[in-house]
Amino acid sequence: MEPVSKIDGRAIPFGAKNVDTDVIIPAAWLKTISREGLGEGAFETVRAQPGNVFDDPEYAGAPILIAGDNFGCGSSREHAAWALLDLGITAVIAPSFSDIFSGNAFKNGILTVELPQEQIDRLLEVAKTDPVCIDLDTQTVTTPFQDRFTFEVDPFRKHCLANGLDEVGLTLARDEAITDYETRQAQNMPWLAKGTEIAA
Amino acid sequence: MASRPRTLYEKIWDAHVVETRDDGTALIFIDRHLVHEVTSPQAFEALRISGRKVRRPDLTLAVPDHNLPTTARRDANGNRIPIADPQSAAQLAALESNAPQFGIRYIDATAAEQGIVHVVGPEQGFSLPGSTIVCGDSHTAAHGGVGALAFGIGTSEVEHVLATQTLLLKQSKTMQIAVTGQLGPGVTSKDLILHIIGVVGTAGGTGHVIEYRGEVFETMSIESRLTVCNMSIEAGARAGLIAPDATTFAYLKDRPLSPKGDDWDRAVEWWKTLHTDEGAQFDATVRIDAADVEPTVTWGTSPEDTIAIGGAVPDPTSFADPNKQQAAQKSLDYMGLSAGQNMTDVEVQNIFIGSCTNSRIEDLRAAAEVLKGRKAADNIKWAIVVPGSGLVKQQAEAEGLDRIFIEAGLEWREPGCSACLGMNPDKVPAGERCASTSNRNFVGRQGPGARTHLMSPAMAAAAAVTGRLTDVRTL
Repeated sequence: MEPVSKIDGRAIPFGAKNVDTDVIIPAAWLKTISREGLGEGAFETVRAQPGNVFDDPEYAGAPILIAGDNFGCGSSREHAAWALLDLGITAVIAPSFSDIFSGNAFKNGILTVELPQEQIDRLLEVAKTDPVCIDLDTQTVTTPFQDRFTFEVDPFRKHCLANGLDEVGLTLARDEAITDYETRQAQNMPWLAKGTEIAA
Repeated sequence: MASRPRTLYEKIWDAHVVETRDDGTALIFIDRHLVHEVTSPQAFEALRISGRKVRRPDLTLAVPDHNLPTTARRDANGNRIPIADPQSAAQLAALESNAPQFGIRYIDATAAEQGIVHVVGPEQGFSLPGSTIVCGDSHTAAHGGVGALAFGIGTSEVEHVLATQTLLLKQSKTMQIAVTGQLGPGVTSKDLILHIIGVVGTAGGTGHVIEYRGEVFETMSIESRLTVCNMSIEAGARAGLIAPDATTFAYLKDRPLSPKGDDWDRAVEWWKTLHTDEGAQFDATVRIDAADVEPTVTWGTSPEDTIAIGGAVPDPTSFADPNKQQAAQKSLDYMGLSAGQNMTDVEVQNIFIGSCTNSRIEDLRAAAEVLKGRKAADNIKWAIVVPGSGLVKQQAEAEGLDRIFIEAGLEWREPGCSACLGMNPDKVPAGERCASTSNRNFVGRQGPGARTHLMSPAMAAAAAVTGRLTDVRTL
């Protein structure tokens, strides 16, 4: 995964609340065995409306999306994160995110930035004409107008994002601890250790 | 351990910690992993690219459900009927080849055991109390109905579990939904969970694991408990739990994959300790009086947009939050409804009885009871009943439920996710309305432009009879 440091560029001032995963990528687009090409179906129902922000040339290639509360609610489809990446979006700023979406975003190197609604409102205004800069290292969002908002990020996630680390690889290195657990489970809760190979 | 009192969630969490890290996150062991065709191909592909194997194929079970058409799967000669949509066919073929390649047990599309993952898990006894269960599907929360800590994961996490049998997690906050009293006649578990989501809101449970508590859950069947827990995600909670009890043990006894012999006795002994201790603290509490719950339907495009069937479409200006006002107006425009309209005046053209929320035998019995000796109204264009698994289908046919549905003018289908999510041929046409027993009424969920009203199986059956949203108690 590419390390993340600074994301500097135009931000799409979407602003909608409760953007669900069916809006981000409708189910008809999930019939793929690849992670690529989903940008075409991203926000399909929104883009069907004339004058939508996603097709506004002003924001072509914008790396940041600004949204309202509870972004990414609904299904577990990681296709939502892949669709954003395919659109070139590598950061989403919103007051809150659904748990599953924020995990999926993180695992694909998409930065999710939580800011209070009044700061979101300010950024939605700025984004209409000017770029926004997200700095992971200093955990700040800045604008060309002296705005400087700080955000929280989980230290482990920050470390992984900043260094482009692969979480599966990190956990595989804990093989010994996992094996110990499996040994204990086979002794203490043998029925759980049996799975699909249970004798009838 | 004579330590502080713990919640059910904390007990299951503690039993699965492989190791805790300095930042408070923990590596959690996953006991059961369900895999379907939509969210797994990219995970298997990643394993292949990095030369990694599946650590515990024996703890993984694969079954196709989302993409499968629900029409006949074999022709008159017993040959498999090919799937017309090439993309769906490719995705299903990928699962069919990935599972054996990685040593995972695969239930074929034509097997009697095939069905929706969340129906199959409990039915096979694969889902057990106190176990950790994951699946690349947000409705995995359903398995909380047997007292399992079960939640949906993304494809990268599917890959992580396949490779390591663990997930790196931060402990969730806990929310109890404490329900007092019992449901009135004609009011079901689906009405209760829709009512609860209306109270909690779609983001109310974010960051929390919900435990449903109260006599109403203790007297519920496992099928009903699965329905309740299934929709926890619609309240924002990744998982929902109901403490296992004698009903749970009786349900699981002698299932193909449930523990046998001495293992069973030891399991039950542990399962009996799986309840929230007296004095344990929850981070949040929501109190509901069961007497307030009426047969409930949705009017908008979010599962929190619920209303009792006797109510009217709300006026968007009646909401305090200006954002909610705007969202409500947008919902009404999409749904083709106007403020003040009686819910019972809303005509429907389509009926869907099925989905991981409501496709178990009890759901089909409830719908059949309403439809027995009745006919679907003339304005109903499309009405389908989709059993949750091949075994549910067999059981329903043994009880003659299929005849009741067919005689009433409904179609009796093969098991799968069907019209819940618009990614297989079962879709609701644009601009038309569907009385649906599924779990999401999002814009375009049942097909582009489709208008969904969520409700219980009995209520969907009542809507089929009258051709409009109907209080089943008045039939």
